[in-house]
Amino acid sequence: MTTSDPMIEFRDVHKYYGDYHALRGITATIRPGEFFSLLGPSGCGKTTLLRTIAGFEDISSGAVLVDGRDMAGVPANKRPTNMVFQSYAIFPHLSVEENVGFGLRRDPRSKEEKARAVGEALEMVGLKGYGKRAAHALSGGQRQRVALARALILKPKVLLLDEPLSALDKKMREQMQVELIRLQRQVGITFILVTHDQEEALVMSDRIAVMFEGEIAQLADPETLYRRPNSRKVADFIGTMNFLPAKVLEEGAGAVEIEAAGFGRIHVEASQVMGGATAEGATVGFRPETLTILYDSSAATDRESMATIEEVVYFGDMTYYDVRIDGTETPVRISMRNVFGRPVLDRGARARVGWSPGALVLFR
Amino acid sequence: MASNGGTGGGGRSEAASGLLLVSPPLVYAVLLLAAPLFMVLVYSLSLPDGGFGLGNYAEVWSDRINRLLMMRSLTVSMSVTLATVLLAYPVAYFVSFHVRPEKKSLWLFLITIPFWTSYLIRVFLWKVILGYNGVINSGLISLGIIDEPLQVINYNVPALVMTLAHAYAPFAILPIFVALEKIDRSFLEAGRDLGESQFMTFLRVTLPLSMPGVIAAVLIVFIPTVGDYVTPDLIGGGKLPMIANRIEGTMLKQNNRELGSAIAVSAMMIVALVSIVFLFLNRRFLRGTK
Repeated sequence: MTTSDPMIEFRDVHKYYGDYHALRGITATIRPGEFFSLLGPSGCGKTTLLRTIAGFEDISSGAVLVDGRDMAGVPANKRPTNMVFQSYAIFPHLSVEENVGFGLRRDPRSKEEKARAVGEALEMVGLKGYGKRAAHALSGGQRQRVALARALILKPKVLLLDEPLSALDKKMREQMQVELIRLQRQVGITFILVTHDQEEALVMSDRIAVMFEGEIAQLADPETLYRRPNSRKVADFIGTMNFLPAKVLEEGAGAVEIEAAGFGRIHVEASQVMGGATAEGATVGFRPETLTILYDSSAATDRESMATIEEVVYFGDMTYYDVRIDGTETPVRISMRNVFGRPVLDRGARARVGWSPGALVLFR
Repeated sequence: MASNGGTGGGGRSEAASGLLLVSPPLVYAVLLLAAPLFMVLVYSLSLPDGGFGLGNYAEVWSDRINRLLMMRSLTVSMSVTLATVLLAYPVAYFVSFHVRPEKKSLWLFLITIPFWTSYLIRVFLWKVILGYNGVINSGLISLGIIDEPLQVINYNVPALVMTLAHAYAPFAILPIFVALEKIDRSFLEAGRDLGESQFMTFLRVTLPLSMPGVIAAVLIVFIPTVGDYVTPDLIGGGKLPMIANRIEGTMLKQNNRELGSAIAVSAMMIVALVSIVFLFLNRRFLRGTK
């Protein structure tokens, strides 16, 4: 066994609920020690897939392997995985320490050693001294920490997290994101997170599987997903992406020559050419921060166009401009950092917009 | 200030309309429940010499028959409670966990069907089944298994318990069902996820979380059966009186209101005491489940 053996392996997993085809041939591997996210809109099958690992859902065909072992017929209580539930499922009739120690009943260690383990688990999640409290008296964030301690104390091979942050307010959520990352590094356990929040997935994950309608649309690290989404659908789901119509002029070796509205002729590297176009035909896509408004003082770049500013949204550190590049019909969004001394432009103003060809992605 | 006065006035009128809404049942409760209870209490403390004291209670509990009947009442009602709750729990569990959601109300409806028949008639039917010339005896005789009708299945405490348990089953099923329905299913998954078998998850999660329903079922069955009066009369054929029959006899046949009231109040106190002890034990049990 080397460390490159997958911790989780899905082999052509299908799941039907009656006629409904919830998982449509999932094949993927998750590496040991990885922070992996299943990302997708509600109803895409991400939670179902997570539950097939935990043993709460049977699969209709295919195989789910955990640490090289086929999980078929292995009940949930015999699997080397533990779960943090969306509702946290903190037992209301037990105290915090009883909740955390719940899974230790058959642990051969002495009572004192178990109590110490519970104390350490609580300390790890920042709840030192909360052991005697009643579970129902805890806040949402505290419940989540108890759920984490309760799962991690059993030293699972894989920790499954089902939308654990969705019930928290924004500030708490951001704080818990950082803590979860820290915790994962500390314990070194494989974490699998289910989320519909693309930002959360980008912030926390080593790799992300984007799911739509029971299929994995793209499985990649956050930067690849953001920079080079393999379809318009993935591009739309992750962050903001602008799209403008394009026409392929010439197919070269390693690059494609296109004519894009507002940009003119562009040379697109093969690594930036994706499938997954919609019925509208080929489009170029680009992130708001990859276009720049060029102030008169700045030097001319290799590429630039003239544009009209149609909307200005001021965010303090950033300003979002919706601009219409000359020769195009739909406005595109550009984000600019508000550096000291750089004025915020007005609605209706004319501006030079610069870009670099490497930032464009072609969907065809 | 004006707005303060306004809300204050609103509060008063709200309280007034609230009082108006509760007044019919309140009047009913005061006139038909509180007042008679108070009367009974006063009777029980009235001594033959015109004074007040605990003399009646002393007289009641020095009588061996009263002690015996109270014990029989408690034995019967505890047996009924035990049998009913033990039988009702699996039914409630089945309906809550194994019946599809859209079929649940149908099941509850079916469970309440016995209520369509009057209690008196149901008791008579048990008499027909268990009696000397009843269904069981005549069936066994015609099958040649026995020659003489069995005496052990009628006019005795087990027959009483069987009849009462049948009558109170729906009362026990419903609160347990409601308690089970309220349990978030993710608690059960969490139990499994943390390494417990289905059975251990039941013991450590489902059962403690459904205890409020079990307590309600126990109290709903235990309290009325202690004071049951019709069933011992009909099933026992007058040979198996319980404490309520004794109260009736003392009050009406012997026309001794003071003594009858003392028995009634004592019986109430005992029921209250047993219920409190049960609640206390249950709390200890819940705390002990780890």
